[in-house]
Amino acid sequence: MATTLPEPPKIERDRLPSQGSGNGGWRNLVPASADPRQVKDYSPPPASTGIWVGLAAITMTFAAFTSALVVRQGGAPDWRHITLPPVLYLNTLLIVASSVTLEIARRRVAAFMGGLKDPAANPARWLFVTLFLGLSFVAGQTYAWLQLKAQGFGLATNVSYSFFYVLTVAHAVHLVGGIGGLVRVVGKLNKSVLRRSTLDATSRYWHFMGVLWVYLLFLLWMKL
Amino acid sequence: MHDMSAPAAHHGAPTSFIRKHVFSLDHKVIGKQYYALALLAALIGMALSWIMRIHLGWGNFAIPGLHLLSSTGAPGNVLTPEYYLQLMTMHGTIMVFFVLTTAPFAAFGNFFLPIQTGAEDMPFPHFNMMSFWVTFVGFWVLIASFFVGDGPTLGGWTQYAPLSAIGSVGGPGQGLGVVLWATSIAIFCIGQLLGSLNFITTTLDMRCKGMSLMRLPLTAWAWFITSVMGLTAFAVLMPACILLILDHVAGTSFFVASNLVINDQVLPHSGGSTLLWQHLFWFFGHPEVYIAIVPGMGIVSHVLITNMRKPMLSHRVLIYSMAALAVLSYMVYGHHMFVSGMNPVSSLAFSFPTLVITIPSTIVVLMWLGSLYGSKLQINSASLFSLGFISMFISGGVSGFFLAQPSIDIMLHATYFVVGHFHLVMGVAAMFGIFAGTYFWFPKMTGRMMSEPLGKAHFWLSFVGAYCIFMPFHYLGIAGNVRRYQAFTDDYLIPLIPVHKFITIAALITGFAQLIFVYNLIYSRFKGPVETDNPWQGTSLEWSTATPPPHNNFGATMPVVYHDPYQYSVEGASSDFVMQTSPEKINNPNEEK
Repeated sequence: MATTLPEPPKIERDRLPSQGSGNGGWRNLVPASADPRQVKDYSPPPASTGIWVGLAAITMTFAAFTSALVVRQGGAPDWRHITLPPVLYLNTLLIVASSVTLEIARRRVAAFMGGLKDPAANPARWLFVTLFLGLSFVAGQTYAWLQLKAQGFGLATNVSYSFFYVLTVAHAVHLVGGIGGLVRVVGKLNKSVLRRSTLDATSRYWHFMGVLWVYLLFLLWMKL
Repeated sequence: MHDMSAPAAHHGAPTSFIRKHVFSLDHKVIGKQYYALALLAALIGMALSWIMRIHLGWGNFAIPGLHLLSSTGAPGNVLTPEYYLQLMTMHGTIMVFFVLTTAPFAAFGNFFLPIQTGAEDMPFPHFNMMSFWVTFVGFWVLIASFFVGDGPTLGGWTQYAPLSAIGSVGGPGQGLGVVLWATSIAIFCIGQLLGSLNFITTTLDMRCKGMSLMRLPLTAWAWFITSVMGLTAFAVLMPACILLILDHVAGTSFFVASNLVINDQVLPHSGGSTLLWQHLFWFFGHPEVYIAIVPGMGIVSHVLITNMRKPMLSHRVLIYSMAALAVLSYMVYGHHMFVSGMNPVSSLAFSFPTLVITIPSTIVVLMWLGSLYGSKLQINSASLFSLGFISMFISGGVSGFFLAQPSIDIMLHATYFVVGHFHLVMGVAAMFGIFAGTYFWFPKMTGRMMSEPLGKAHFWLSFVGAYCIFMPFHYLGIAGNVRRYQAFTDDYLIPLIPVHKFITIAALITGFAQLIFVYNLIYSRFKGPVETDNPWQGTSLEWSTATPPPHNNFGATMPVVYHDPYQYSVEGASSDFVMQTSPEKINNPNEEK
């Protein structure tokens, strides 16, 4: 897909203290002696902290699901081992590949923003590849659900299937959020208003979704 | 996905009514919206408690108009046993989630955290706006259960499985009512997660120049610690609610065991774990107690310091104690499950940290009492409610020592003793924290003062009334009065009915005292005397800005902080107090850097 880039996006700079709130955290301390001493006028952009906070919440959610699975499995007379749909392994390759392509995209965009690349080059190309891989992953997951359903294995067939559906759907919902983030990054890049922190936060989220999926696959493979 | 990097300062002052007062991005408006929602929820919750109390005192008393709420639940305006339980469930749910979590944390925190940190707004204002409106929707989803199907759920605010998961065969409200309950709480969780995200990033990244962490007021610390708890606790409750909903609508068996027979019906579920719900719920539920009370601790400390005109004995010890409460709150959740049949070794494992958690609680109380000792406390409505908070926290906390021990808890767990304990330590104490915050910050939020005589009348009626209601609960519990009964027909319970009548009268009087507060709030909003920017001569940043604060909180010049938040009665200073923004050089070796 072609995209035009009229001008390189602005490089994000650390804000000066006179530029309003923020950036006062961490080590920017004025001592009580009324002698303003600027140690370092920098604090992480909120997006950087915010994404870690968000990922912590998502981690807790999936930890709760995992705990539920372990407790439910313990001593349950109805637990049944299931065969995971093979397409999941292909999907795993897709999401791992998407992380690689996103990292390439992130570095290219960063170089582009820093003026190290020719503006005529299209740094969004790898973002589109990532988007394509992400959408393919969701399509692959949907195929796995439909395949199971066609075989007569629904959400309530057995608790193993219940957990399979709950965990994979919960992950897919979060991944769709990441796809939305990537679309927004592309949109902002096209309008030359992309901030580096937005790109980095989106990348972290996406990589986390990849790691989370590998964990979930391992969990499903081990426990179901 | 919202552009998370867009700094708060980028949203300009709104001009349209909708953007200014309804879908506002301004943290101050959002804080007021949360407060209004909590006030409405509190009035509904209180009305439900009146109905229950009247029924407990005089079982056949017809409450005029009650049948309008439910013709089947209150035929002839008298509660059925099931409807009593349904009202009890809604009272607990509304109060815990939409009052005790919403008002001290989301309402005051939204309004004052950015100001106290010296920020122009929260870093993600769109998320902040969503946080409120999601909570708002969650509230009405819960209220909707009054008017659909066979009414709200009767399973109690803890919604123990399997009763909560078996569907309408379990009784009125156990079908659609539970689904609405779980949906409402899951939505509420999303709102609180979005709020916590903003609170944490505001505290860490949005502080103004000179505002080190230790220079944050105790309120800001309390909200920060609470938001960390909220982030981790609500993220666990939400999946639990999703699993509960699936047991209802998809026929899964997460929580319902095999071959369960209810009302002569064998349920189609198999192999579910009834204890699983309790684990997931109480992993959220016990931190929730501290989510409700820690903001109150911050507010009370802040108010008392201002009125004592001196700081607490140790700023840091209070912060560390609140943080210790937060950490320990996750380790003690099993003490709610002593009677669940868990292994006695597990009971011991949960009993020990439960006793340990009393240590930071005691340190906080000793900090307050030690600081109050010898101080010349200014008596006003805010400081009175702060003292009331401490009193309630101690009274309710002392009974916690008993309940922390499994051998005693097994005897008292299902009795009114526990009801008295948590109402005092979590309910009334947190409410007093909300009242203290309201009387203290009202002038900053509205530019007008509340009536002090009405405030003091409100305090004394509430203080005496709360003790008249909840102290007898302990005696009832020791006498073996089982909780959740809607009538007392057993021989050993009949002599206790006069105590219930006394409690009901006290509850009605105390409830009417809250109407004084509501009148004071509304009247003062429009007719109260206009106040200056700093009526209490406070030192923290909210008192250094205009009243009401401008859109970006501080106008043209953003604050620079030179001092810790509580520089009162400093020797050699030019006045009784030195504001955080004052560049005045002072000689105070105890000042936080």
